[in-house]
Amino acid sequence: MKRLFAAAVLSATLMTATAVQAADFNVRIVNLTNGIWFTPFLVTAHPEGTRLFQVGQPASAELQAMAEGGDIAGLVTTLEGLGATIAANPAGGLLPPAMSTDVDLDTDGTSNTQLSVVAMLLPTNDAFAGLNAITIPTEPGTYVYNLPAYDSGTEANDEILNGGGAPGVPGMPADPGGLAGTGATGAAAADANPTVHIHRNALGDTDATGGTSDLDSRVHRWLNPVVRVIVTVR
Amino acid sequence: MSAHYHSSQDGRQRLQSLALVAAGLVVAACSSDSAPPLPDTPPPPALATFEVSVSNLTNAQPLSPIAVIAHDDGYRVFSVGEASTPGLEELAEGGTNGQLLAEAAADSSVFATAEDSNPVPPGASTSVRFTIELTELPNARLSVSTMLVNTNDAFTGLNGIAIGDLAVGDSRRGSGIAYDAGTEANTEQAIHIPGPVGGGEGFNADRDDRFDRVSMHSGVVGRDDGFATSDLDNQHRFDNPVLRATVTRIE
Repeated sequence: MKRLFAAAVLSATLMTATAVQAADFNVRIVNLTNGIWFTPFLVTAHPEGTRLFQVGQPASAELQAMAEGGDIAGLVTTLEGLGATIAANPAGGLLPPAMSTDVDLDTDGTSNTQLSVVAMLLPTNDAFAGLNAITIPTEPGTYVYNLPAYDSGTEANDEILNGGGAPGVPGMPADPGGLAGTGATGAAAADANPTVHIHRNALGDTDATGGTSDLDSRVHRWLNPVVRVIVTVR
Repeated sequence: MSAHYHSSQDGRQRLQSLALVAAGLVVAACSSDSAPPLPDTPPPPALATFEVSVSNLTNAQPLSPIAVIAHDDGYRVFSVGEASTPGLEELAEGGTNGQLLAEAAADSSVFATAEDSNPVPPGASTSVRFTIELTELPNARLSVSTMLVNTNDAFTGLNGIAIGDLAVGDSRRGSGIAYDAGTEANTEQAIHIPGPVGGGEGFNADRDDRFDRVSMHSGVVGRDDGFATSDLDNQHRFDNPVLRATVTRIE
């Protein structure tokens, strides 16, 4: 929370300089993966100096809620306080493997020069895809960004499907594809790196009723990038 | 599409005639000592020739003979989320590029096609040339497609990178990530793998993947990682990127 708000002071000083910019653009989001679903995306244009997360720093409570349970309400509240332009849940729910969604953003009259996009990977403990405060291009054209999977560093990747999605509750909240197993004993203890980092990928196993993981190693792994964001500036 | 677009068959004919022109130029160059001086401003050539070189970055995934397609933005080899064409399915399951190139040749947005005749082993490189007309150059894009043959239906390549702004001598580099054609379940069994590990069936028109659309490939699991019925092992695993390509405009 403090990290997000500290940036507001800085961005206020920049507002005069950045108020004039191209304002109308489209953001297309492609789930590139073969077996991962995404929770509702948060797409936001916000002032410079604001970051939803920073690699090597602990996740904020709001980011943790998104990464562990797909809950973007806290991030939205914070961003609203900063005057950000927000598109929450453009897909109207979960985004299945290899599917895409898109949304128009209009930042006319704002100082929202930076674009961020986040959503959680399901089924995982606390993996999320992130586009982290890129400067929105002002020249008309199409711009492509490939997003890796991050680990919020806030929850052990035990890969146990138990409905646990609230911050601090172990386990994975949901398996929309219905291909996960049951009865796992737990794939991992707490992350060695408790700050935000590139996710080391799901482990999984091929035992649908036991083993260490409820994930299926043939279904729920991924190779980066996991999301492609295509920005079209008009 | 407008009338100046040409099918890839025209492209192939142009390639052949270009070779004749090139041979003629060699002869002319050899005899230039006694030849009369050339005019100061020769007319610009009407063709643009490119060479695309492809490197296989993987450990143990030979790449099938590459298919090269030059086109405008009205054509795509594939899009994530859409079903593979029959030609892409044949390439991604069996490593054969003929049907994909035939589909391209029939598309009015395709300027030229070219192909390599040999697979590209891990660590190796190959290069293929293709030629388009200068009038096609401003909108020209390049696609390269090839299968990771020790898989069920993994493929990689370039998907329509712009080449129209390249001056003679300019190069553009791209890398390829591994995609899943979505047309065959990833059994990792030899009977379904055409590469050297399997020698099994390549293309089969049945579409038995979890969904019939292209996505990224999630990688090989292999028997060393607990997939007991897999005929692949840890050598066949891969990570992105799997291919590096450089396209150079040479004329």
